[in-house]
Amino acid sequence: MLQQIEGSKAIAHTVAACRPEVISAYPISPQTHIVEELSKVVKEGSLKKCEYVNVESEFSAMSACIGASATGARTYTATASQGLLYMVEAVYNASGLGLPIVMTVANRAIGGPINIWNDQSDAMSQRDSGWLQLYARDNQEAADLHVQAFRIAEELSLPVMVCMDGFILTHAVEQVDVPEVDQVQRFLPPFEPRILLDPEHPISIGAMVGPEAFTEVKYLAHHKQMQALELIPKVQSEFEQVFGRDSGGLLHEYRCEDAETIILCLGSVTGTVRDVIDTRRDAGERIGVVSLVSFRPFPRVAVRRALKRARTVVVLEKAFSVGIGGIVASGVRTALIDHDVDHYELIAGLGGRDITQESLNDYLDEVSAGTMKRFKFLDLNRELVDRELERERLNRRSGSIPENMIKDVTSMMTEAAR
Amino acid sequence: MVTAADMVAMAAFHEGRHAQAFPSFGSERTGAPVVAYARIRDVAIRTREPVLHPDLIIVQDPTLLPILDVFAGLTPQGFALVNSSRSAEELGLEKVTASFPPGHVVIIPATDIAREHTGRTVPNAVLLGGMAALAHPFDLESVELAIRERFPGKVGEMNVAAARAAHRLVEAQRQVNAQPPASTRALATAQAPANTQAPANEAKGESAHAAAN
Repeated sequence: MLQQIEGSKAIAHTVAACRPEVISAYPISPQTHIVEELSKVVKEGSLKKCEYVNVESEFSAMSACIGASATGARTYTATASQGLLYMVEAVYNASGLGLPIVMTVANRAIGGPINIWNDQSDAMSQRDSGWLQLYARDNQEAADLHVQAFRIAEELSLPVMVCMDGFILTHAVEQVDVPEVDQVQRFLPPFEPRILLDPEHPISIGAMVGPEAFTEVKYLAHHKQMQALELIPKVQSEFEQVFGRDSGGLLHEYRCEDAETIILCLGSVTGTVRDVIDTRRDAGERIGVVSLVSFRPFPRVAVRRALKRARTVVVLEKAFSVGIGGIVASGVRTALIDHDVDHYELIAGLGGRDITQESLNDYLDEVSAGTMKRFKFLDLNRELVDRELERERLNRRSGSIPENMIKDVTSMMTEAAR
Repeated sequence: MVTAADMVAMAAFHEGRHAQAFPSFGSERTGAPVVAYARIRDVAIRTREPVLHPDLIIVQDPTLLPILDVFAGLTPQGFALVNSSRSAEELGLEKVTASFPPGHVVIIPATDIAREHTGRTVPNAVLLGGMAALAHPFDLESVELAIRERFPGKVGEMNVAAARAAHRLVEAQRQVNAQPPASTRALATAQAPANTQAPANEAKGESAHAAAN
């Protein structure tokens, strides 16, 4: 039903419509509203045969999910930021055991310094965990991806992370056509587990595997993600048949047909970038945007197909790998390895910094003029950086960078106000 | 306060329009200055940037006036609704009032009106009613629907009464001040974002989470 609804609530009601049997989670901003709403739904009794397991940490949440999923229960959890980091060992175990758990990551920055705002460093840190990762462009797609995630996870027997920008999506109140139980039932068949702990037929799982088979186990993990590349578009089209909406898939293309410049991004910044694309198209620039939905598996062929006619490719990311640069950008480079393309990496929106159309336009003006650097932090406050570098040059005991920065920012703001 | 922005979006939704409401995120706690935004358009809203140039600003807490330039970015034909029982002169707002068209900057004692009708000091519904009269982003009936949806039962009805009182008050003020009469500009433009600023009266839930994590 079409509703004006907070993103978190839309997700909670969508997950409930998927009829999970076990939910186990520990609250953390900006994921809290999702699990609060789900615990309310379970307590009210409207979600039959579902157990909401309260735990004392994210590590326990994922461990409970592993146990539940192994008994054949449809299992869901959600987390963010430090919470995701705290559950990491169990995150890898869930994929290693091939358990089809669905988890929302309400994307938020990782400390230190502690920061509760949005970027995508948390999910990106788990890019090698063996989980599938799907990124939502808006709350409608975030809701829809959860329905698709259960289908994909259970068919492949692999866990799926649905990544949605924390606050920007989770706390936004906007229109969402929230999937209903009867629709979901037409799309999502009952869970038929590959792995089943059953007291009637005892087995053990989680055995140690030595050098004689470890490579093969890992090969199969990769093989199954490659299978997901075929399954994801199939699920996308079946979803459209039932729900009448184009959601999910490997990636979305917007005004890319004849584009000379293409921006590739993930998540909610898509909307802002599309507005920028329309403005620049009106001014005669041939420019488009590709939004990656599936980051794991990385759809190399689809990315190549979407970008190969472009002369300039800008990868816009809300995370980066310290010491090298863009994370998504390196995947894009391998997809375009034989193509003569100008690559640009743009790191933006870290720790909740606003990504404005004005800043994106200034950046793109310089890209088209050929004066932009290949690797750039959007709206970097150079003076703030230089003050710290100067302090370190002059003084051995220059102190802690975050605290120095806060003092400098405050004094710069006071100066500006005078 | 965050609730107020949500209800702005709900009211617009009831008129078949697209609306987006979101808080300025941060370590929210009750009493700290908070900004929340709303956009209303006739087409789907894609952008995720904050509202930098609002057509309407609601100031819930007048104690912010000396600290922050709450009117920053307001469009030249924009509207402002300030919650205070004091006059423009007492608040030091003569300059601001003069720099916008007559009747565009309006002060109402929203907290007093809320107390009178609901027994509580949460001015959200009052300011929504006043906003409907001031800038006409939507009808008073849509405000009433949004209030009743959010607060079913007696609490909702008391807030509806408070919103109606504020609507009447702002209408009356506009008839005194306004020339030309009540404009429908905010409706006529494709976009009517509102930028509301005030302490997090209604944002207790939010504050607790943010602080705990």
